[in-house]
Amino acid sequence: MNNNLRKIQDRILKHFFFFTALTSTAVLFMIAFFLFKEGIPIFEKVSIQDFILGKYWYPTSDPPDFGIFALIVASLSVTLLSAAIAIPLGVMTAIYLAEIASYRLREIVKPVVELLAALPSVVIGFFGMVVVAPFLQNAFNLATGLNLFNAALMLAFMSIPTICSISEDAIYSVPHSLREASLALGATHLETIIRVILPASISGISTAVILGMSRAIGETMVVLMVAGGAAMIPLSIFDPVRPLPASIAAEMAEAPFRGDHYFALFATGIVLFLFTLLFNLIADHVAHKYKQVGEASL
Amino acid sequence: MKKTFVILLTVALLFPAGSVWAANLVIKGSTTVLPIAQKIVEAYMKENPDVKISLSGGGSGNGIKAIIDGTTDIANSSRFIKDKEVALAVEKSAYPVPFAVAYDCIVPVVHSSNTVQNLTLNQLKDIYMGKIRNWKDLGGPSWPIVVISRDTSSGTYEVWESLVMKKERVFPAALLQASSGAIVQAVSKNKNAVGYIGIGYLDASIKAVAVNGVEGSAKTTLDGTFPISRPLFMFTRGWPEKDAASFINYVLNPEKGQLLVKEAGFVPLY
Repeated sequence: MNNNLRKIQDRILKHFFFFTALTSTAVLFMIAFFLFKEGIPIFEKVSIQDFILGKYWYPTSDPPDFGIFALIVASLSVTLLSAAIAIPLGVMTAIYLAEIASYRLREIVKPVVELLAALPSVVIGFFGMVVVAPFLQNAFNLATGLNLFNAALMLAFMSIPTICSISEDAIYSVPHSLREASLALGATHLETIIRVILPASISGISTAVILGMSRAIGETMVVLMVAGGAAMIPLSIFDPVRPLPASIAAEMAEAPFRGDHYFALFATGIVLFLFTLLFNLIADHVAHKYKQVGEASL
Repeated sequence: MKKTFVILLTVALLFPAGSVWAANLVIKGSTTVLPIAQKIVEAYMKENPDVKISLSGGGSGNGIKAIIDGTTDIANSSRFIKDKEVALAVEKSAYPVPFAVAYDCIVPVVHSSNTVQNLTLNQLKDIYMGKIRNWKDLGGPSWPIVVISRDTSSGTYEVWESLVMKKERVFPAALLQASSGAIVQAVSKNKNAVGYIGIGYLDASIKAVAVNGVEGSAKTTLDGTFPISRPLFMFTRGWPEKDAASFINYVLNPEKGQLLVKEAGFVPLY
């Protein structure tokens, strides 16, 4: 009897957790389905090729032009530039915290870096708009401070906490025996870090980097506020650009419901979705390929 | 990936969804008129708690279409009804009645240190087409011009496009801001910038430029001399009755609706 009850309890619990897990998966699939359903109809008006490679985005002119090439270039260039700023800063901070800093310092600095992630993006955007933009404009004598570089800088601020925090965990979890073995063989601290610790934690660091970058590519508020918003292909890092999320956020609220412009914005969302999906797949692949297996990963 | 969903979900939630309750009054149409309608509807429902009003956007064209189909009581529109739509309405024996409820006045703005006082419509068009690239060609200091425009789906952009650009396109290098407030912010921080905003957003941090020698103001908008302005309408299906009539009266009341028009950043009728 008692045994039976336990079995039933187990079964209820199992189903309960199954449905909980199912909920988030179902929500995800519903959103993806909705995204595609609302985005696909635009391809009856323009070919996929013209949509992706078209240079002009004039969704409300007559006749309209739905070309998002400039927006894709903008998104990618902002993300790459922000990665170029955030990766060295994030990873080196992580190395410092995990390997060099004292325990007490680490306990103070790490939460502070993570707190940076808690800053709402609109606050970072506002900072970029009223503080960084005028500074950049004066310092480099530019026509406008709202540009690719400013946006990349702000996005770097946002992805550093992700990159730093996850890398730090990865580096910290490298087994002590590896460090000790390396030092015992006569390697210096620096050699140990570069030759032993970093390769051993490369999977965690790569995951950190890619998650940081996918945060940057999907970020909306910051790029809407500081990237300038010109729908053209940038020729220098100080040109204004309009990344994909900024275009969606700025235009979606007032695009006629189920009109061509609306469909085109959803199709832009599909492109963005595919980019972040690709990033996550890469992260997953890297994490599996270079998986840290016990101490034998070197 | 998660981020994308959050964005799309937010965007989806921003959408004018259909009314959930049984409304006695349905209002839809122009997004330009929406902020006015929103303020007035709120105040009206506070004074008349038994009246339920459902308000949504969707654009002037959709609003007028809804009047013709009889799916709304009042349609907001930022333009007058077109001949084609009148013909369609008559065919369905609907008689849309227009009420001008407010005026929209868009003023070009520059940084307060810019010495340019006046621009012609043609000069503004050339600036926004990227043909004039430096303030010195307009009698100002030798600074490059940074052109700031609104997102293409906004009502303000629509006015600018039809009254200033006259079918030409704003060149792609123009910066984009998503609200009049953001344009004020951006122009006040950049001495090279030029932008355009609804007159209600004008403040001391930026400088308005006269167009064809006329200063933008409530007076010049109402007497029709300021070139970048237009009336905004509410259409009813036939002469308004009952709730619709009392709502339109409320909107046109100088002590009530028209005060809110001014508050929403537009030019009231009186």
